Amino acid sequence: MRTFFFAALVVLAAQVPALSPAVAQVGAPPDPAALERVTKAMWPKRPEGWENRISYDETQAACSRFRNELPQAEFERVRAREAATIRFPADGNVLGDWKAGQKYANDGRGGTFTDRPMTNGANCYACHQMDLAELSYGTLGPPLVGYGKLRNYAPEEARAAYAKIYNSMATMPCSTMPRFGYHGFLTEQQMKDLTAFLFDPASPVNK
Amino acid sequence: MRTRRGCVAACAAILLLAAGSAPAQQAVDTEKELEKYRQMMSDPMSNPGFLNVDRGEALWTQKRGARNASLETCDLGMGPGKLEGAFARLPRYFADVDQVMDLEQRLKHCMETIQGLDTADILRRRFGAPGRVSDMEDLVAFIANKSSGMKFEVPLSHPKEREAYAIGEALFYRRSDFMDFSCATCHGEEGKRIRLQPLPQLNKPGRDAQMTMGSWPTYRVSQSQTRTMQHRLWDCYRQMRTPEPVYLSEGITALTLYLVKTAEGGEIQVPSIKR
Repeated sequence: MRTFFFAALVVLAAQVPALSPAVAQVGAPPDPAALERVTKAMWPKRPEGWENRISYDETQAACSRFRNELPQAEFERVRAREAATIRFPADGNVLGDWKAGQKYANDGRGGTFTDRPMTNGANCYACHQMDLAELSYGTLGPPLVGYGKLRNYAPEEARAAYAKIYNSMATMPCSTMPRFGYHGFLTEQQMKDLTAFLFDPASPVNK
Repeated sequence: MRTRRGCVAACAAILLLAAGSAPAQQAVDTEKELEKYRQMMSDPMSNPGFLNVDRGEALWTQKRGARNASLETCDLGMGPGKLEGAFARLPRYFADVDQVMDLEQRLKHCMETIQGLDTADILRRRFGAPGRVSDMEDLVAFIANKSSGMKFEVPLSHPKEREAYAIGEALFYRRSDFMDFSCATCHGEEGKRIRLQPLPQLNKPGRDAQMTMGSWPTYRVSQSQTRTMQHRLWDCYRQMRTPEPVYLSEGITALTLYLVKTAEGGEIQVPSIKR
């Protein structure tokens, strides 16, 4: 039933451009072909060394189109697809060095078209409060103060945190948070270090 | 001139001092000092952005290019050579090119068609840097300043303007590339901040959008340059980790039109001065 309803929605949505070719009113969506043409002209080529980077995948397209509020069927489809991308460390250990993690959490450099190839920072503090002593934190994401302690340092919770860093959309499709592991923005070791920053009892996050 | 330079140096020293204290207090202090700095700089005799306005005026009247012509007959939408209020109504549809253009696209068009100017060098110098003056930043500062005190007004009366607006809106929500970001990631909610920097909400008409759009072009203290919305969006996409967006591309204009429409009714006060 739900599938049928969603299919009906898709059919309706597909008809909208045909009904209003010249964008009859403000607020109507653009012709998809026009949007495609404009984005191609805006970013005509991939910079050197970016060949393996994702430009615009199915999930980004869905989140863009529905402005991050997916219909139920699409939500489940995205969640399953994203969950399938997660690769845990071969030895199963998701905890690295919290001190290194602390450094990455505070580092917002790397990955822009003006950066040379480098170890990218995770920039957690841009959006999250973590160590209470760090006062320069953003509010786009929830506070992570006491993250591991509040979860009793449970190993399955640490594994879930690693998975969330790897691909936030496997937990919450269209999450604001970048899919750090999926995109290869962070290395496995960096993600382990960040998980340790959240879960090590000695980490200032848990003090 | 001496006084102006002295003031710039003194204010930079104040900012450096403010940056040295403890973070929480630092945020408050920095904001206070910045406000003081903004007030000191808000008069045309001390905001370095007005140097661009002066240079822009000279460029507007200077005869250049294969036709040895000035830009004074350039039609920015209000009629040939009419500058007052032109910026407040851009981007807009121009029948002669059957296209929606922002100010910089239109200036490039006028340079090529009226002056017969080879714009390759103009485009190379699109963003000013130490030892590299940007004609575009100068001209935009001059022309936008002629709309200071006026309000944005983009009625979207032409179908191509409505199409550009729709594309701009879709671009605002378009998530892509290395970090899955869209403009809405940072500017889609009220009262958010990145680190300590407040983020204006730009997807809803209101004070945030009006204050933001009404204050570009702006002299950016951190860059020692006067910047236009073309540069601001270039820098947003840089931080979003997309490839470099093409200067004067249709998409940047579409996004600008969406933002100006959202800021409609907001008063223009430019060039302003910002962090």
